[in-house]
Amino acid sequence: MSLTREDVTYVANLARLEFSEDEVTALADQLGAVLDYAETLSGLDTSHIKATEHVLAVQNVFREDEIKSCLTNEEALANAPESEAGCFKVPRVME
Amino acid sequence: MELYQKTIHEINDLLDKKEVTVTEVTQAVVNRINAVEKNTDAYLSLQTEEALEAAQGLDTELSGRTQRTPLEGIPYGLKDNMCTRGILTTCASKMLYNFNPPYNAEVYDRLSEAGGILLGKTNMDEFAMGSSTENSAYKKTRNPWDLNKVPGGSSGGSAVAVAADTAFYTLGSDTGGSIRQPASFCGVVGMKPTYGLVSRYGLVAFASSLDQIGPFTKDVEDCALVLNAIVGHDAKDSTSLNLEKIDYTNNLKQGVKGLKIGVAKEFFGEGLQPEVRKSLEEAIAIYKTLGAEIVDVSFQHLDYALSAYYMISSAEASSNLARYDGIRYGFRAEEYSDLVDLYKKTRSQGFGDEVKRRIMLGTYALSSGYYDAYYKKAMQVRTIIKADFDQVFGGCDVLLTPTAPTTAFGIGEKTSNPLEMYLTDIYTVPVNIAGIPGISIPCGLDNSGMPIGMQLLGPILSEETLLKAAWAFEQESGLTNLKASLGTEV
Amino acid sequence: MEYEIVIGMEIHVELGTKTKIFCSCPTEFGQDENTHTCPVCLGMPGVLPVLNEKVVEYATRAGLALNCEIAHFSKMDRKNYFYPDLPKAYQTSQFDLPICTGGAVGIEVDGVKKDIGITRIHIEEDAGKLLHESADGTLLDVNRCGVPLIEIVTEPDLRSAEEARAFAEKVRNILEYTGVSDCKMEQGSMRFDVNLSIREKGTEVLGTRTEMKNLNSFRALIRAVQYESKRQIIELKKGREIIQETRKWDDTKGVSSSLRSKEEAHDYRYFPEPDLVPIVLEPSYIERIKSKLPELPEAKKKRYVEEYKLPEYDAGVLTTTGVTARFFEEAVALYNEPKQISNWMMVEIPPLLKENEQSMETITITPALLVELLKLVRDKVISGTSGKEVLKEMFVSGKNAGDIVKEQGLAQMSDTGELEAIIEKIVADNPKSVEDIGAGNEKAYGFLTGQVMKATKGKANAQVANEIIRAVVARHLA
Repeated sequence: MSLTREDVTYVANLARLEFSEDEVTALADQLGAVLDYAETLSGLDTSHIKATEHVLAVQNVFREDEIKSCLTNEEALANAPESEAGCFKVPRVME
Repeated sequence: MELYQKTIHEINDLLDKKEVTVTEVTQAVVNRINAVEKNTDAYLSLQTEEALEAAQGLDTELSGRTQRTPLEGIPYGLKDNMCTRGILTTCASKMLYNFNPPYNAEVYDRLSEAGGILLGKTNMDEFAMGSSTENSAYKKTRNPWDLNKVPGGSSGGSAVAVAADTAFYTLGSDTGGSIRQPASFCGVVGMKPTYGLVSRYGLVAFASSLDQIGPFTKDVEDCALVLNAIVGHDAKDSTSLNLEKIDYTNNLKQGVKGLKIGVAKEFFGEGLQPEVRKSLEEAIAIYKTLGAEIVDVSFQHLDYALSAYYMISSAEASSNLARYDGIRYGFRAEEYSDLVDLYKKTRSQGFGDEVKRRIMLGTYALSSGYYDAYYKKAMQVRTIIKADFDQVFGGCDVLLTPTAPTTAFGIGEKTSNPLEMYLTDIYTVPVNIAGIPGISIPCGLDNSGMPIGMQLLGPILSEETLLKAAWAFEQESGLTNLKASLGTEV
Repeated sequence: MEYEIVIGMEIHVELGTKTKIFCSCPTEFGQDENTHTCPVCLGMPGVLPVLNEKVVEYATRAGLALNCEIAHFSKMDRKNYFYPDLPKAYQTSQFDLPICTGGAVGIEVDGVKKDIGITRIHIEEDAGKLLHESADGTLLDVNRCGVPLIEIVTEPDLRSAEEARAFAEKVRNILEYTGVSDCKMEQGSMRFDVNLSIREKGTEVLGTRTEMKNLNSFRALIRAVQYESKRQIIELKKGREIIQETRKWDDTKGVSSSLRSKEEAHDYRYFPEPDLVPIVLEPSYIERIKSKLPELPEAKKKRYVEEYKLPEYDAGVLTTTGVTARFFEEAVALYNEPKQISNWMMVEIPPLLKENEQSMETITITPALLVELLKLVRDKVISGTSGKEVLKEMFVSGKNAGDIVKEQGLAQMSDTGELEAIIEKIVADNPKSVEDIGAGNEKAYGFLTGQVMKATKGKANAQVANEIIRAVVARHLA
């Protein structure tokens, strides 16, 4: 199977990326090639196989409900491209 | 031999006997950096001033006591995807060009506590995605054995710093071979420990279920020393294993008599460079003379590993890298029309092509209608690959394979074809999928004098056995602390 | 044609843990913006989540209190979408294996009892807050990011605004009782999403539904359901189709409106959270939580009627919230007069709470202080009327009843000599009243009693005073 330009555009929007027309074409080819290669997977019957989400059987890792120190407001905002009144600032969000 | 050329354990001898000072050691490696860094470009940022200051402070402290710990006063480098408070952490991406983390990676804290002296942050493929370090947004790191060739990746800078003697050791991260493959290309020792053995806290995530931090060193003994300092449970990482600590140097020199070393034909298939094959055969012969038992083993499903790897790693990456949105830190596009446009412009301008490709692939694999066919399927294949390894390790203690199908390739040689680049990881990715440990050590040179790497794999938590097997080979072959020529200027 | 409203609800409840779900920042409400954050809840590169054990415990407790099955194995998943209030661009939640499934809550509306099914309860993290105060942009406060939530999802079992309200109140009471949340709606600790559709009565197939999110009061819930059901019925009567969409409820205007249909269909790309390990709860753990569950409202109400012989109405009022019930029980433990306590709690305390801007959560009067006052009334040291004044003063000054009675000289006059002198004078000064009594007008006694109370500033023991008045009047008439 190969990837259509529409697929690329749909996925790009989901991933909040944008591409030029040429890039879309290139991506459709490149990702299509990787997906074609991945088609080998479909030849394998995995209907009775459990998915492995964690390679090690670690479970129930919890933290105690104890307060530890926070960053100061200045520290929290130190890396922000834009801030105002102790907050991160973004373009107006439509309600 | 120059001071900067020595291994950690050799420097340890000198420091313990007070024949050299930490300052002398640090100055030596700083001089070496000043001399050759312009050729290799291993580092993205350097802390040499601070390193020398720290060295002097440590000398004063050490003069007052007789004991020092193994990494105390040893200068090292960190891959630039490990967070360092007050020091830029860029992941070699424009996206984090100015990111100054208010926290440390757990490994950095541990090395600081161990008395390590940080020299700088090493170059890498952007967000650790790549096999040649050519995806760095900032510079191309060169292979010290031939400056026209790639160092491998993604931890190329860390491998080169050790190979070019501009650090005694470095840390890298390995998601699909990013420590072992560059170690192989640069003729140094590189280890990916068992998943969960080293804390991932503060390691900028690429693929959370595959990422693991490990050392690059000049020889196997050094590898054990660095491993000692970085392993151990960390309550900040839920996937960190809570185990009793062991000293990896304890059984290092016990030899391989009776050790069952497996060889699987699936790792010696087509596409394997003939010299690599030959070199591996010689290594097998050496193990035989050392008293190891060589056994044939075989895999049923290894062919599926690479596809599964690219699906899992890209899917996780697409989610892990979604946080780079130009709001709380890092790069933000200069012009945008609204919020969605801010996201798109920032991410499209801030990420390089390979990162965007992986995000696209991963987003697709998780998207509605494709999840079962790609992501879920890959996670099921993971179960099968794990079972394959379990079965193989039922018949042997250690598996011997090439680290990569070829030695280092030329800069620019594979950049135009992503799939071809992905195929260079074919022998390393199954290890991350199964979560098992692997070490790459030098096992020869090819006809053009480029290092060949041999990979030793073992079941979960078999680091001690791997180190023992690697050390025995290294001693017998004499392929240890190899010196690169830094030749063939462009 | 008769229509039937079909409602399913999703209730988000912030858990009352001290720290956030995945980091050690406090969850405290109402702090300065971006002062309760750390690299983890800011979604900085390379940080990792570690699950707060209390979140698992509280979710389990909530599940048991709502009659759910607690999962032996559950796991966390990532729900991916971009929004400025979501720092990681994914919400860590639970997708296919939630911690609780299949519960039910009984409600009663107009005397009709019915069970509302609970499909599931899952654990997730809250998002940050967007403040629209800036002239040219939106401001982000990350303090709330990572506050633990449970989301309770119901079956489409609700059929009216009243049922929705009864259910929501019931859930709030139960959760507040079990101590998993303060359920403070005004602070956003409890928010309702409503899925609503209309179908012809008697049919089984569900109609097209709309969703209204983040209703943050019972009033908003009721009004939103009433408005939206009416709107849908009108649409259907006009022969139009209902569009499946998310609608915004404007509580000030009292209308719901379509949120412009998003440019993309939701594609959340859920997948298992690789940074968190599975939650495996053994039966022994679940049993332990179960054994520590407090008595729930229904059982408590029943017990109040049986044990304290309270009228059902009293029992109902006193068990509405956990704090009220706890106050009552503490008072009864100190002073075994349930009905007297109940009366004062139901009649006297509420207006004083309002006057002093307090609530049962913040009340300054302790059960012990109330009991001290009630004993003074019972022992006739002060009159009931004085008691009310004393209680008022207790709220204002914070002093105890005994001190107030002493300071203000409110102790009742039972001294017959002193009272007799006062009454003699009043009777002498009011010959008309005596005449009226002589003419058979018993009401005139009331006037005289009033005069006595006035003269003694309410301190006269009413019973003693009445006896003396009768004796003195009789003497005058004789």
